Amino acid sequence: MDLDYHALAPELVVAATILVVLTLDVVLSRPRKYWTAFAGVLGLAVAAVPLLTLAFGDGPETRSMLGGAYVVDGFSLVLKAVFIVGGYLVLLMSVSYIESDRYYQGEYYLLMLTSILGSLVMASSRDLITLFVGLELVTGPLFLLAGWRKGSAKSNEASLKFFILGVLSTAILLYGMSFLYGLTGSVTFEGIREAGADLLDSGAFRLAVLFTLVGFGFKVTAVPFHFWAPDTYEGAPTPVTAYLSVGSKAAGFVGLLLLCYKALPSVTEIWGPALWVLAALSMTLGNLTALRQDNVVRMLAYSSIAQGGFILVPFAAAAASNDAAVIQEAASATIVYVIIYAFMNLGAFGVVIAGARRTGSTMIDDWAGMWRYAPRLAVLGAMFFFSLAGIPPLAGWYAKFAMFLSILRPGNAWATTLAVIAAVNAVIALVYYARIAKTMWMDPVPEGATHMAEATGPLSGSLTLALGISAIFVVVAGILPFEFAGVFADLAKVVTTGI
Amino acid sequence: MAWFESAGLSLIVFLPAVGALALFAIPKAREDAQKWLALVTTGLTAVLAVAVAANFRYGASEKFQFEVSESWIPAIGARYHVGVDGISLPLLVLSAVVTVLAVIYSWDHWEEPRNVRGFLALMLLLATGMNGTFVALDLVLFFIFFELVLLPMYFMIGIWGDSAKRHIPVLGRTVTMRLYAAIKFFIFTLFGSAFMLLGFLALYFRSGDFLGHNTFDIPTLIALGSQNAFGSGTFAFLVFGAMFLGFAVKVPMWPFHTWLPDAHTAAPTVGSVLLAAILLKLGSYAFLRISIPILPDMAREWAPFIGLLAVIGIIYGSLACLAQTDIKRLIAFSSVGHMGFVMLGIATMTDVGFNASLIGMVAHGLITGLLFFLAGSMHHRYHTREIARLGGNQKLMPWMGGILAFTAMASLGLPGLAGFWGEFMSLLGAYRPLAGLSLSQFQTYMVIGAIGTVLTAGYMLWMLQRVNLGEPKAEWSDHEFHDVEPTEWLAWAPLIVAIVAIGVYPRIVLGATTDAVVNLARNAFGG
Repeated sequence: MDLDYHALAPELVVAATILVVLTLDVVLSRPRKYWTAFAGVLGLAVAAVPLLTLAFGDGPETRSMLGGAYVVDGFSLVLKAVFIVGGYLVLLMSVSYIESDRYYQGEYYLLMLTSILGSLVMASSRDLITLFVGLELVTGPLFLLAGWRKGSAKSNEASLKFFILGVLSTAILLYGMSFLYGLTGSVTFEGIREAGADLLDSGAFRLAVLFTLVGFGFKVTAVPFHFWAPDTYEGAPTPVTAYLSVGSKAAGFVGLLLLCYKALPSVTEIWGPALWVLAALSMTLGNLTALRQDNVVRMLAYSSIAQGGFILVPFAAAAASNDAAVIQEAASATIVYVIIYAFMNLGAFGVVIAGARRTGSTMIDDWAGMWRYAPRLAVLGAMFFFSLAGIPPLAGWYAKFAMFLSILRPGNAWATTLAVIAAVNAVIALVYYARIAKTMWMDPVPEGATHMAEATGPLSGSLTLALGISAIFVVVAGILPFEFAGVFADLAKVVTTGI
Repeated sequence: MAWFESAGLSLIVFLPAVGALALFAIPKAREDAQKWLALVTTGLTAVLAVAVAANFRYGASEKFQFEVSESWIPAIGARYHVGVDGISLPLLVLSAVVTVLAVIYSWDHWEEPRNVRGFLALMLLLATGMNGTFVALDLVLFFIFFELVLLPMYFMIGIWGDSAKRHIPVLGRTVTMRLYAAIKFFIFTLFGSAFMLLGFLALYFRSGDFLGHNTFDIPTLIALGSQNAFGSGTFAFLVFGAMFLGFAVKVPMWPFHTWLPDAHTAAPTVGSVLLAAILLKLGSYAFLRISIPILPDMAREWAPFIGLLAVIGIIYGSLACLAQTDIKRLIAFSSVGHMGFVMLGIATMTDVGFNASLIGMVAHGLITGLLFFLAGSMHHRYHTREIARLGGNQKLMPWMGGILAFTAMASLGLPGLAGFWGEFMSLLGAYRPLAGLSLSQFQTYMVIGAIGTVLTAGYMLWMLQRVNLGEPKAEWSDHEFHDVEPTEWLAWAPLIVAIVAIGVYPRIVLGATTDAVVNLARNAFGG
């Protein structure tokens, strides 16, 4: 077997970090366990280095291994960068949260890093088996992490719900994949692409495609496969929720991107309408339900369902046209959205963690008047939530803009209808995002509240760093989206080559 | 002065934003330093805007000047393209000047919960959005600036606004005015601008059919529009409609106006002033800058409809004013009527009408801005805005009463003051609309509009009578009232001078706009 170790370096570094964390956990005495966190954060930072050398070095643009099953190209590199940076931010947010509640620190970082490793594998996978292994590596540790607060009934419920529905979705996904393999005789995306074009009329093939879509629908919490998300998000420790809503969700979208654009580009008439429906439902129901939430974490859960709907919109655009330019633009719109979403949603969760620490509550009303006692946090909160709402000049506008751009390009009635649905939803979403800003900035501090008087101490350095990184990204990418847009346009070409 | 040609407009746009950031370098407690910084930034911005006006080549006012076009988002061909012509110049100057006056006024007028630094930062950010909208020549850039005003205004109304409770029958509950008004303003505008964006994107894609590449560039799209490239089919209809939603909400035209009385009434004084003086103009300006030149055929088709909504707005606004008991709400509703005249001018699709709308916008900015200042100052002294309790103001505060009388006269369109030209010329335009539009229909609009001017005079004079004249109420007998204070004089005097100057010599505005609107009408509609 011929392995390109340079191409595999990010995965290898993360794997090595996992071993180091495991060892440290065994060796260190309890009060010094925080070194495991340090090792994890450091390991992820180091893992980013080979990404840079791969992206900007002189080597070949595409490095293919294992008979084309594992590929490192521009597309996988940028997604790996998202996963590593996103994972890095989540670890930073976890440090004080996990430390303060005397959870099992070593195990926590071990599992989190394993999940991140899985997402790295997914980004490079180019056949069904590698994709599946990657996906399970992402999800498996999260079942445990969701139930991390062992004493809490809600956390246990979160974990159990997640586990049962996760296993169910995995079974459906695997069932669909087995059909794909059976009908096309191939597990590689390339093989499926070649054989799939002739199978368009086969009922079994349609079923296989729809089953895999359903499987990924669970992972990206698309309506109607979203039931697990709000309870799980609410019950899980908040940093884990942040990771669920960003890292593991992005992993689901990577799977969808690969499947739709790499493996099944010739059968857009099957997945196009299906994803159209999922997008419309997710946006609308996610938003309408989010309107009624009083708990900020649950609200973010529904908001992330709605955001998932927005991310699905370009798929419907791609399916509406045979034009390569349209498909490329759609793929790049999805990637752009995922990346911007990752940063702003992580930022929002960072604010939730900090706000919950400060007020001892995740109920929105308990955050009233926060600007009076935590003005910086209130500024950050307004920033991230309005960015999620897509208000310029914060980065969210460009994500929505790219999405609208892609869906209007085909110019047919279905695509335009979806664009109108998305536009109305963008307005609905504002209502609940603005509500948080309103509560923090415009409502009086609740009577009898004591939390603003007693100093809880400054935010931990690591959480501040995570918030700072997200905030800088949200502002800079909003004002100067060109750097990102240019890169993504190139990457989309990579995704869709061969169509 | 080559640097000024290329960097002038960008400085006008971004200097306030830089100032907003710099404010946070000053410790919270040092309020005077913060005020001075805001004053210097906005003052410098206004000086630059006046310098642009001074160096503007009025002989070529139909051409974009001080143009800058830099690559911005190459992936979608969006450029940082800014420039001014005769249409945007007066509005840019208005925006920059009114912002300074707002800073001066707020020097010693603070509403709870004070927070000087935050308020000034929002005001400066707002200035960036307003100035940017008037100079943007790229649809994406325009969209960004158009939306940029939302956040600062939302926070301004929501934090510093009026905390009175009010029962809203539609919602079936009682709400705090500032919260209700803030989110209503935000949602209405965002709803419009979401569709506006869809319209922009549709233009972008269709432009590729003619150019070989897609473009957001406004001058390029205008050039296409003058050849009627986008035609008058379903596509053009939908695009015009989508953009109409965005702009009409902002103006606001009846029946999209319902956010306006709430937002204007609930906003803090400076917020009301900026809303009325500048923000409303973003919508009507966009009709002249984008909708009409790019989709002239559709503009002609929509013109009777726009005219109809405009005259409904005029009559509705006036009648609503007659029913108001709150002086600030009265002024807010008067905006609906005045912007109706502006839109009636636009609906005639003639150069006279366009000119009317532009001078109307400037005049409304000056006059209604001043009225809101006055309403704010009176509220500051009386702690009430109830018209019924304010009688005899002239005796308690002669100067304040005098300025109020002057401004009300200007607002009702007294000849010799700025408000006259907008109303008069827009009625004149309606008498002879663009060839092909129904003459009888527009002349009916003209008659209705003329009735509107009478109603306007009616409610303004009645307001004046109730507020200024008569004997002061007994409840004020123990109070001592300070008449107009120095900062108020400083903020108001330029407005008063401008209202008289434009009233006597309208060429101050029309000198810049005439060639530009003649050119606009010719390119769009031929002849």
